Amino acid sequence: MSDSPVTAKPPMDIQSKEPQGVSNWLDERTGWKEMMHEFLDERIPGGARWSYVFGSGLLFILLSQVVTGIFLAMYYVPSADHAHTTIAYIIKVVSDGAFLRSVHSYGASIMVILLVVHMTQTFLFGAYKGKRELLWVAGCILFALVLGMAFTGYLLPWDERSYFATAVGTNVISEVPVVGQWLKLVLRGGAGMGTLTISRFFVAHVFLLPAALLIFVGAHLFLFRRSGPAGPPSADPVALKAKTERFYPKQLLMDSAFALLLIVILALLAHFVPKALGPKANPADTQFIPRPEWYYRPIFQWLKYWEGPLAVIGILVVPGILTVLLVGLPFYDRRPERRPGKRPIAVGIYSVVLLALIALGIVSYHVDHADPSVAAQLARQEEAEKEFMRQPFQPEMAAGSASAAAAAASGSENPLIAKGKQIFESNGCVACHGAGGVGTAMAIKLIGVGQKLPPDKLADLIRHPNARMKAGGMPAFPFSDEDMKALIAYLDSLK
Amino acid sequence: MENQDNQPTIPQPLVSEESLSPEERARRRFVGWLLGIVGAVVGVLLCIPLVRMALYPLFAKSGRAGWSDLGDANQYASLSTPERRVIQIQDVDGWRQTISEKVVYVTKGPNGKLRVLTAVCPHLGCEVAWDSSLNKFKCPCHGGTFAPDGKYLSGPPPRGMDTLPVDIQNGRLMVRYEYFRNLVPNKEVIG
Repeated sequence: MSDSPVTAKPPMDIQSKEPQGVSNWLDERTGWKEMMHEFLDERIPGGARWSYVFGSGLLFILLSQVVTGIFLAMYYVPSADHAHTTIAYIIKVVSDGAFLRSVHSYGASIMVILLVVHMTQTFLFGAYKGKRELLWVAGCILFALVLGMAFTGYLLPWDERSYFATAVGTNVISEVPVVGQWLKLVLRGGAGMGTLTISRFFVAHVFLLPAALLIFVGAHLFLFRRSGPAGPPSADPVALKAKTERFYPKQLLMDSAFALLLIVILALLAHFVPKALGPKANPADTQFIPRPEWYYRPIFQWLKYWEGPLAVIGILVVPGILTVLLVGLPFYDRRPERRPGKRPIAVGIYSVVLLALIALGIVSYHVDHADPSVAAQLARQEEAEKEFMRQPFQPEMAAGSASAAAAAASGSENPLIAKGKQIFESNGCVACHGAGGVGTAMAIKLIGVGQKLPPDKLADLIRHPNARMKAGGMPAFPFSDEDMKALIAYLDSLK
Repeated sequence: MENQDNQPTIPQPLVSEESLSPEERARRRFVGWLLGIVGAVVGVLLCIPLVRMALYPLFAKSGRAGWSDLGDANQYASLSTPERRVIQIQDVDGWRQTISEKVVYVTKGPNGKLRVLTAVCPHLGCEVAWDSSLNKFKCPCHGGTFAPDGKYLSGPPPRGMDTLPVDIQNGRLMVRYEYFRNLVPNKEVIG
């Protein structure tokens, strides 16, 4: 070894007279300077631009989702019994839990927005052209994976909103011909939505989809560095080539500034408008009107127009054609022309589809708003969410708990409670407060009301409901003292 | 327009720092420091909620809801023999709570003050029963006996029955349930 000629950079030559210091020591062993050079000095044709920040912005939000997701998983339990309680615990009890859960939840929305912007920018710049087919396809797969993440993550809190939205979402899948029913069964882990559904969605959300995301983000970045940035669509590509700029410092500064902007937006949203959690999913609730998250609203509205035998066109054929058109874009659009003004058909179709989706979303909200009964029910659902958020955290009673056992043992054995139950059921209380006082979208749950209010106050409220109760539709019930005693004994037994 | 632009850019030979002008090098260094410092500050700020969330259980109030209610203190004023009471204690374990029932005896100490005894025998932990015919406590397992105030009388137990911390709050007799080490001569709280 000692006889070999000295190379320009002998990595392991301890005899070399290279400068000393920690960074050199590390460099000799890791080659980090070369890596930084590779990363920072990438040539950008046409120079740094603000329109390039969306890709790195997506990467940044993805990182934020991973980190906040890991911390949420520290407290979350994926089971129909505990999921809702653990999210309520995160939001109402754990320090900064509401903040981080909101960052995670809003992060999903911001990611969808950035994806559309990133894709639109790539499309308008014609940056998918020139041996960049795989780069574009990897990007499309990432789009689908992010939508999958949003869909699976949405169910996990197991509140009314997420439960019913996912019930509808999985029902839509069953409309797919031939394999639809089977797909629904696989997704739900059974015919109905239950604890197996939540386990499956959890595994998809934290293991399967993130693994796929990791692979395709890696592929997307690798292919991007391999083909290099396309630069802006320009009439004179030679001039573009002549004026290249390194990624560092200007583009990195722009990317960092954008990341900072994203942090500020997310933090302000999460702090001032924390995401709410609704009451626990009650599958028996027949009043609840399910609505998906905003980014699924266009598809939701679209599907409304396709019912009956033609549904397959709306659910499969049209989205299928659009997907093939989008993913296959770099394969059939072989013209080298990149300027959007010279690609009227492509830009026209893209714009029409994008605008149609936006319009469908707006129509969906408008339709809900215009129908008074729907609007009223949606308002009630929102009020139920707010009411749940106002209540202090209720820990879950562990199995084998003394009072849980006592509550189970009581019931009809006590004649007073049995009488109260009969009064509750024969006076229409059940209609709004649900069987056993579990609560519905119409009225609050009465389980535990006996612990919150003393009997005389409870009796007074039943005889003379306050303004808020009246507004919610609670009538006054002038029961006799004897009946009232029985009713309150029954309410007390609801734990 | 045949542009070569659509071809992937051929990786250009990497240019070393030395080939840059001195101004450019100074600019790069400045931006490096700027990004490093701002990045570090923002990074630390972002870590605050994460650390607070992760460490929450360490600072949360301890799991036991302190005092259990034994009812109006006056009802025990004319107490002549120990009275058996079942109290509920709440254990909060994160988002779960367990309510368990424990047996205690309300009695009077030698000075006439109210005293609450745990029913757990200091010998091997059986539930000690009050035997009114004998006017003493008797453990059903190994026959240890105790006086009405809990003092050791006879049998294998190493000490008398254990007293629990009591307090009168708003006229109500409150007790804090505790567990004690068995088989040792002196009372020793174990949580």
